[in-house]
Amino acid sequence: MAVLAQDKIQELKDFIAGTQTLAYPDSHLIAVLHKAQGLFGYLSRETMDLIAQEMRIPTAHIWGVATFYHYFKLAPPGRHQIAMCLGTACYVKGASEVLEALKKDLGVEVGQTTPDDLFTLQEARCLGACGLAPVCMIDDKIYGDLTAKKITDIIAKYRKEAKAK
Amino acid sequence: MSKKITIHINGKPYSVEAGQTIMQAADHLGFHIPRLCYHPKLSIEGACRVCIVEVEGAKSYVASCAFPVSDGMKIHTNTPDLRRARRDIVELILDNHPMDCHICDRNGTCELQRLSYRMGIKNRHFEGERKHYAEDLSSEAVIRNPNKCILCGRCVRVCSEIQQIHNLSQAHRGFKTVVMPAYNMPMQESVCSCCGQCINVCPTAAFVEKNYTQEVFTRLNDPSLVKVAQFAPSVRAAIGEAFGLEPGHNMEGQLVAALRKLGFDYVFDTQFAADLTIMEEASEFLERVQSKGRLPLITSCSSAWMKCLEQFYPDLIENISTCKSPMSMNGALIKSYFANKIGVDPDKVFSVAVMCCTAKKYEAARPELKVAGRQGVDDVVTTREAAWMIKSAGIDFLNIEPEKPDAPLGLSSGAGVIFGTTGGVMEAAIRTAYELYTGQTLVDIEIEAVRGLKGIKEGKIVMDGQEIRVAVAHGLGNACQLLDAVRRDPKLYHFVEIMGCPGGCIGGGGQPYAGVNTIPLDDEALQKRAKALYDLDRSKTIRRSHDNPDVQKLYKEFLQRPLSAVSHKYLHTHYGAKEPQGISPRCEPLHRS
Repeated sequence: MAVLAQDKIQELKDFIAGTQTLAYPDSHLIAVLHKAQGLFGYLSRETMDLIAQEMRIPTAHIWGVATFYHYFKLAPPGRHQIAMCLGTACYVKGASEVLEALKKDLGVEVGQTTPDDLFTLQEARCLGACGLAPVCMIDDKIYGDLTAKKITDIIAKYRKEAKAK
Repeated sequence: MSKKITIHINGKPYSVEAGQTIMQAADHLGFHIPRLCYHPKLSIEGACRVCIVEVEGAKSYVASCAFPVSDGMKIHTNTPDLRRARRDIVELILDNHPMDCHICDRNGTCELQRLSYRMGIKNRHFEGERKHYAEDLSSEAVIRNPNKCILCGRCVRVCSEIQQIHNLSQAHRGFKTVVMPAYNMPMQESVCSCCGQCINVCPTAAFVEKNYTQEVFTRLNDPSLVKVAQFAPSVRAAIGEAFGLEPGHNMEGQLVAALRKLGFDYVFDTQFAADLTIMEEASEFLERVQSKGRLPLITSCSSAWMKCLEQFYPDLIENISTCKSPMSMNGALIKSYFANKIGVDPDKVFSVAVMCCTAKKYEAARPELKVAGRQGVDDVVTTREAAWMIKSAGIDFLNIEPEKPDAPLGLSSGAGVIFGTTGGVMEAAIRTAYELYTGQTLVDIEIEAVRGLKGIKEGKIVMDGQEIRVAVAHGLGNACQLLDAVRRDPKLYHFVEIMGCPGGCIGGGGQPYAGVNTIPLDDEALQKRAKALYDLDRSKTIRRSHDNPDVQKLYKEFLQRPLSAVSHKYLHTHYGAKEPQGISPRCEPLHRS
């Protein structure tokens, strides 16, 4: 069982306790899941078990909610978040080829994390940088005018940095 | 008396009570609007849209299961446009269905199949993407097959609302929605109690029991084995329904004859072991009363209940009777006392139990129940499976000459019969405990307070001036409520009977599927099955377990006396806490260390 950091657990418990005195306490489940993901980065089984016990909501129900929304992550995210833009402008300028190159290079599908936990691949709908199309965002940095070749070079750079650390 | 209003259905005015849904009003008036996700005992889901009707003035068709009637409402249930829309809805449900009806477990009993017939679907207009999920075969009792699931949500609701186990939910979304336990755990690891009510309410074959009939057929043809069957009380009250009879026919004699025709050398009656259970359990109860032991004593016959208790009420394990269930007692005796009597190696005895229950499949495999390393019951087949075997072997079940079960494990009292319905174990136990305690015979042996389908029933009986308070619950949801009360005040009752399924074993997860004009878990059907058992009890000369001459003989020849060391070896067991994966809000979880 993964050990949850005690202070974060306490923060989550306090947050849940705050919802339990309100009307319809069960209706705060989504807010609690947001809080938990904010604290731990994703929703682990241990986290959901804890929420189930604190909120007196069956785990099966929590699982239903957590899997319904794409926002909730059920596996730990990689160190770097890649968001490939598939908005109209990027798409017209060949974003799908870049995405294919990314998938091939990383060996994962959209929504998955690489086995070395270095990258999580996501897609985005317009990052507001259409002038640089096609673009992708890695963590909070934007990369524009991408091609299949360019993106593999960028990924290689991140890999090299990770190795150096 | 509630207010009467006037509604029009298909142009004719009707006076109906206000405050109902269109479907309820229509049902009373003889219009059976097609439906799929609706079940009267469950909350309204409104998911399948099959029950749509036209309401004049409404913007679109409305789901009649969820829409209330109002005065002057004009409803149409059968216009050509509506019929087409409804048919399209069912076609769309079918478009990603496996469409393998002829090799499906629910062939002939499938609600979707019936609905398709009723809608007059003759062509496949839509050919949708199919689902390709692995079947979950992990459980001893319940198989989950998402490929057949149409997402009506009845299983989720019966598990949460009636059984209150909360094992299932609809996970993911859209086309990828799948009914599964939390974390997509295999059923075996989940909190599933194996009660099988999801199977009972499933319109298709998304939930079915693990089927052992082929194995049984194979071994029935093995000449080196002595084939022994036993069957539960409630099987005789329900199996006729699988052959088209109305509920409530006692088919005991036909069942015995059919099992012999299938190839069983000996057919015993689980009711015999029910009498034996009463001897042991009533003695255990009196011992606890006299020695001021842990009370209330809680019955242990229902295997789904035992799993529920081990997961959610580990603090009450000491309250549980150490008696095995009647099935497992009979199994243990078949492989010891009986095998010895006929001079056969117990390993050459093939012991099959015909049960109304899916959880008994799980129980039979429990290692705690083994005696000398042997399972007392090798295979459990449900009432449904037994009915199929009888049909498959070409036995004319309805016209067969009734026969009697074999000695020495086949004779039963009326008390053993009523084990099959909620309150029956309590009533049977009182009949015997009273006499063992007071030395006098209880005259008024029909104990009305513990009969009927009320969720939780209470009764009192005075034995030698001491008041004994008893309580009975059926369905795991009611059981959890009753046990919560016991947790708060352990002195509330002396003796508690719990049955995992609604109505007790007569409503078991292995009973015949609802027919064309009936619904699963229907109270009327349950009452008729219960009546069949109470009538059988009344028809018997011997109605108290301790008066059963074969039980007396068994004690004399083998077990010595109730609670003896021999009894303990063969008829008693132990239970242990199980860490629940997931919680049920009614039930206090076992806190993780």
